[in-house]
Amino acid sequence: MTPNDPPIVRLKGVTKRYGATCALNDVDFACHPGEIHAVLGENGAGKSTLMKIISGVIPPTEGAIYLDGTETTLASPRDAVARGLVCMFQELSLVPDLSVRENLLLGAPGSGLGRLPKTAIARAQQVLAQIDGRHISMRARVADLSLAERQQVEIAKALARNPRLLILDEATSALNASVVDKVFDLIRAESARGVGVLFISHRFHEIEALADKISVFRNGSHVDTFANGAHDYSAIIGKMVGQRIDDLFPPKSPADPDAETVLQLEGFGWGEALQDVNITLRKGSIVGLGGLDGQGQAHVLHGLFGVLKNTSGRIVLEGRDLALSSPKQAKQPDIGIALLPEDRKTEALVLQQSIRANMQLAALGTDGVRASDPALYQPYLDALELKYATLDQPVGQLSGGNQQKVALTKWLALKPRCLLLADPTRGIDVKTKTQIYGLLRQLADAGTAILLLSTDYEEFIHLCDETHIFYDGRVVRHLQGDEVTANNILSAALNMPATEMGAEVAHA
Amino acid sequence: MRDFLRSNRREVIALAVLVALLAVYLGTHPRGMSTYVMTIWANQCLILALAAIAQFFAVIVRGIDLSVGAVMALTNTLASHVLGGTGIELIGGAGLVLLVGVLCGLINGALVVFGRIQPIVVTLATASIFVGLALILRPTPGGQINYDLADAMTLDVLGIPTALIIAAMVIGLFWVPLRRTGLGLGLYAIGSSEQAAFQSGLQVRIVRMASFGLGGLFAGLAGLYFSFVTTTGDAGIATNFTLNSIAAVVLGGVALRGGVGSVIGAFAGAFILKTISALMFFSGLPPLAQPLVEGLVLAGAIAIGGAEILRVRNRLEVFAR
Repeated sequence: MTPNDPPIVRLKGVTKRYGATCALNDVDFACHPGEIHAVLGENGAGKSTLMKIISGVIPPTEGAIYLDGTETTLASPRDAVARGLVCMFQELSLVPDLSVRENLLLGAPGSGLGRLPKTAIARAQQVLAQIDGRHISMRARVADLSLAERQQVEIAKALARNPRLLILDEATSALNASVVDKVFDLIRAESARGVGVLFISHRFHEIEALADKISVFRNGSHVDTFANGAHDYSAIIGKMVGQRIDDLFPPKSPADPDAETVLQLEGFGWGEALQDVNITLRKGSIVGLGGLDGQGQAHVLHGLFGVLKNTSGRIVLEGRDLALSSPKQAKQPDIGIALLPEDRKTEALVLQQSIRANMQLAALGTDGVRASDPALYQPYLDALELKYATLDQPVGQLSGGNQQKVALTKWLALKPRCLLLADPTRGIDVKTKTQIYGLLRQLADAGTAILLLSTDYEEFIHLCDETHIFYDGRVVRHLQGDEVTANNILSAALNMPATEMGAEVAHA
Repeated sequence: MRDFLRSNRREVIALAVLVALLAVYLGTHPRGMSTYVMTIWANQCLILALAAIAQFFAVIVRGIDLSVGAVMALTNTLASHVLGGTGIELIGGAGLVLLVGVLCGLINGALVVFGRIQPIVVTLATASIFVGLALILRPTPGGQINYDLADAMTLDVLGIPTALIIAAMVIGLFWVPLRRTGLGLGLYAIGSSEQAAFQSGLQVRIVRMASFGLGGLFAGLAGLYFSFVTTTGDAGIATNFTLNSIAAVVLGGVALRGGVGSVIGAFAGAFILKTISALMFFSGLPPLAQPLVEGLVLAGAIAIGGAEILRVRNRLEVFAR
């Protein structure tokens, strides 16, 4: 295990493109035997893409992969596992309808289509016992397990495959601290045996406790690699954030704290997934919802759009209590809530249908609106400068940015009082972003209340008037005015107390 | 025991329904429970059961096979040409019939896996082709099957209907061992979550091909057994058996979304469906009302399977199902 050993895995000039978006850009990266290597970056920085390439799930568009110094092509996850590259995936790779035991056997080394070797089971049970998973029955159906139990099974499954390189993508996000400690003991033991470990986590203290080396990714590029301890938290966050231009955004109007309240959430919740959310939305303000993926912020939008059953707490619209049971009810003029959903291609638009038909979809079935009236849509098409040949063109032929303009127009035509947006600029070109930002600011100034869920914190800083940061189904911080800084947003998203951040900066 | 019942509740419910229906049937049958009555009943049930197993192999991997009946028609008409001889000819003939069944399944599989076309479209097209071939082989019902062989397969052994013995053999010697292999596991994994299966290192394409191959084999077996029961070849049986095979797997607790169910459930579903038809025959219901009652029973069974949708808390999840 000398530094001269060739790395278990080395990427050279690896690029991965999905259509026009570049998920990884010319990345060089290596992981050595016996090394615990943490990979850091914001949402969309390219970490998961990197892990998928190393574990054979997707091939790189360009560049080469070297295993033990030899150039190799990884044909499939099976191929990768056979070479000792074992990944525990963030999107769980367990089959829900099969039992724990069957999942442990599935694709285990040495298993073909015939008899299944049982050796993997014994090793996995041993691992489970070490990480407080003894109570998990081998016969239980995976779909009946809790998220934490599933993660424990995933860890056992990965370790039972005798990895040479173990890849952990947010492996411990649902586990409590004492179990996490036990998982870490296991990982350290593996690493002492010469296993390389790649570790993605958003919890800084975990990385500090475990990692030997840290690599930072940003926007698909590998920014830096350094030894754990070489930089403090704020320096690392600085590397994750980078510098960006901010003339993308229109000037903010001064927030008016006394403006009329449009919508108020009081103690709003939905089962375990969302608890005790209090948000006030005033006329003319843009309020941001931030946090890591899946911390409950999307449930707020869905709850407000009548999609969730059995929500708790109150939704108060202009003094009236609302009980919403469907999007059709939410969009009626007496309520006037519109939601631009997260996934443009499957939720927002019918790709095969024409621009015109798509725009009319929201207006159809709305009281007092004549959906076929072109005057409803034209102002927004002009404001957003939609590029199209004819309105009869299928929406699927437009670029991503133009598709988003159609989706926005469809809802804006109803002149909603309250506009809910789920990451409206994800994967969209800069020019369209500027146009959308400009329009949102105009709408706000004209009195529309806007709730903006985003994964891009620049939008909270430069576009929103205030921002709520979610963690584990709750609002952990409410940032206003000067508090809205990249460091504050990121530390709140990672659920680190603001004071800790300050202290770190102070003794740096 | 409770764990076992819980994880196999679909099969348990189906088997309980079957036992109840069979008791009513034997109770109302004018000749009561006799080897003769049981044999006739079991033969009819087994034909559909084999077709239902063919359908099961398509449905379990989140597909559907509209060519089950067509493969039966093709293999049945082929059998009426090649199973008329004696001795060694019969073995060769039966082998040929089953080989054609497997080939039909593999053609479906290749179009789905390598052509990346949905199973419903592929099998709709191939069903027409297979029926077309069957019509060339046997434009009008006819031909013959060796009577000794047909009798051996469709009468009884020591009072137990041969069809039930075959059913027990399929479950005990084929299904139970298969379920314990990588292939058996892979079928469920692909149907339940293809992505998880792929990321776990399963050979998704090979398993899917094998699944269609097995489906073809069982459709061939169904066609062959139909030949033994009727001793003629008939190209016109396709549609009826395709639709009934789908109804049978649904009745037997096989989820159309894939990944859930078993061959035992498919058996139970087919036996239930045929028992209902047989009950109708002796029930005194006017014949014209019988399809209506059969349909109501089927709709009721499907509604029970879909009841879990009432518990969905996020209305968007309804669309993901």
